[in-house]
Amino acid sequence: MDNELRELYQQVILDHNKSPRNFKKLEEANHHAEGHNPLCGDHLDVYLLLEENIVKDISFIGNGCAISKSSASLMTSLIKGKTKEEAEQLFEKFHALVTGNLKDANEIESLGKLAVFQGVQEFPARVKCASLAWHTMHNALTENEGKTTTE
Amino acid sequence: MTASEKKFDVLKIRKDFPALDVLVHGKPLVYLDNAATTHKPYSVIKKEELYYSTLNSNIHRGVHTLSQKATAAYEQAREKVKTFLNAKSVSEIIFTKGTTDSINLLASSFGKKFIKPGDEIVISYMEHHSNIVPWQLLCEQTGAVLKVIPINDRGELIFESFLSLLSEKTKLISVVFISNSLGTVNPVKEIIEAAHGRNIPVLIDAAQAVQHLPLDVNELDCDFLAFSGHKIYGPTGVGVLYGKEHWLEQLPPYQGGGDMIASVTFEKTTYNELPFKFEAGTPNIAGVIGLGEALDYVAGVELENISAYEKELFTYANRKLSAIERLVPIGTANHKLSVFSFTLEGIHPHDIGTILDFEGIAIRTGHHCTQPVMQRFGIPATARISLSFYNTKEEIDFTADAIKKVFEVFG
Repeated sequence: MDNELRELYQQVILDHNKSPRNFKKLEEANHHAEGHNPLCGDHLDVYLLLEENIVKDISFIGNGCAISKSSASLMTSLIKGKTKEEAEQLFEKFHALVTGNLKDANEIESLGKLAVFQGVQEFPARVKCASLAWHTMHNALTENEGKTTTE
Repeated sequence: MTASEKKFDVLKIRKDFPALDVLVHGKPLVYLDNAATTHKPYSVIKKEELYYSTLNSNIHRGVHTLSQKATAAYEQAREKVKTFLNAKSVSEIIFTKGTTDSINLLASSFGKKFIKPGDEIVISYMEHHSNIVPWQLLCEQTGAVLKVIPINDRGELIFESFLSLLSEKTKLISVVFISNSLGTVNPVKEIIEAAHGRNIPVLIDAAQAVQHLPLDVNELDCDFLAFSGHKIYGPTGVGVLYGKEHWLEQLPPYQGGGDMIASVTFEKTTYNELPFKFEAGTPNIAGVIGLGEALDYVAGVELENISAYEKELFTYANRKLSAIERLVPIGTANHKLSVFSFTLEGIHPHDIGTILDFEGIAIRTGHHCTQPVMQRFGIPATARISLSFYNTKEEIDFTADAIKKVFEVFG
């Protein structure tokens, strides 16, 4: 496999694609948003249980490529327990990472497992795949009930 | 060597298409996205250059030499389209921006003249969005109703259902000749015959057909037919709407502007004769001339030869790719051409597209602007291989091996 391709499809991504975490409808959710990527027709739903400004629980369902599914899966495992503000900050950093705007090595390292998405910046067509779940989470948090689209 | 291979040398043909020499990720391009757009032969590229460098001027309005020469070249291209389709007259050939523009033109003009509340327009389940949305817009504007011919699990139109949809309310039928997402070749001749038995006109979306099959509008007897230049080795931004003269004469203009008028006063404007009535504004002159050249190129190779070679290549690809374990072909019609759509168990088409791209292979992944087809098969997307006569069996073999690599990545 080419190095660039290996950078994109790292083991963590393949693993989360195969067995996505928090992949279910959260019945007790009090926030929800639907995300849509018109380019590929992918849909996903993000469910949030927000109590006293803290994300007590989060889940997602939907259909997508390995990049979008693993991104959603990793996102849910990292956001759980964070405050609304922390979640939003992480979204901003993640977005900067996949669009190639996060250059500082320490900053990248501070993202932990999310750093595996650094390879996505080399694939402009796939940036939307990686960020769809995050945009949808942001909309769910800010109670924007409308559909999220990456267009 | 088989009969069709003797007729033309694919390696020689490939030399006519400079973009086929491009390297992708350091590997030779294997271009299998021909249903999206085809590459252009040198002759077409040169022709556009020649227009801009030696003829450039506006058409139909200058007495100066360049304008006359440009007008002659533009109208010569119309003659070429007429001959290509075997239309009766150049009055039946309207230049548009492409298939989408052609369908919108007809929906607008035909709608204004003939569509009333409660009227019905029949399309099929496998239409491209460009043959769905213009009719939906028309229905919204007029109170007409859209009726949809269902398809079976193989991706074929259900002909009995089609017949049962027809009634005195049906004012127009618009169907695709070859499906861009399934490859199904529809029985358009039978559809047209059934429609004409009830005096219903038919539009054929030939965007995926004109480059693959010899086509004769006289023999087909379709009332309207649309296609795009860029899918038949011509430039983008140019297409054709063919219409029988007696229909076009009855239809009001689509857009108003220069070139489509006979005389203008503030009290009354009279319209130019066919086909100019439907060509408002300065057209894509270079594109039209380029399209004429593309049709010359195709005529030089001969569509019969192209068709025979592509049929053999498609049969080979269909057999080779369908044999791959955990590959699910989408659309298994008895009569299929050019397009092989598929999914791989557990792997999203986008991931297939990215991994194949690394091998230099260009395929399309997504819903192919046919979301109802995706819904019908219960999938979000497919990976699509679409062939042209410049593709080879070696490219198919290489692609089959690359698909196996996709499984290696995903385990």
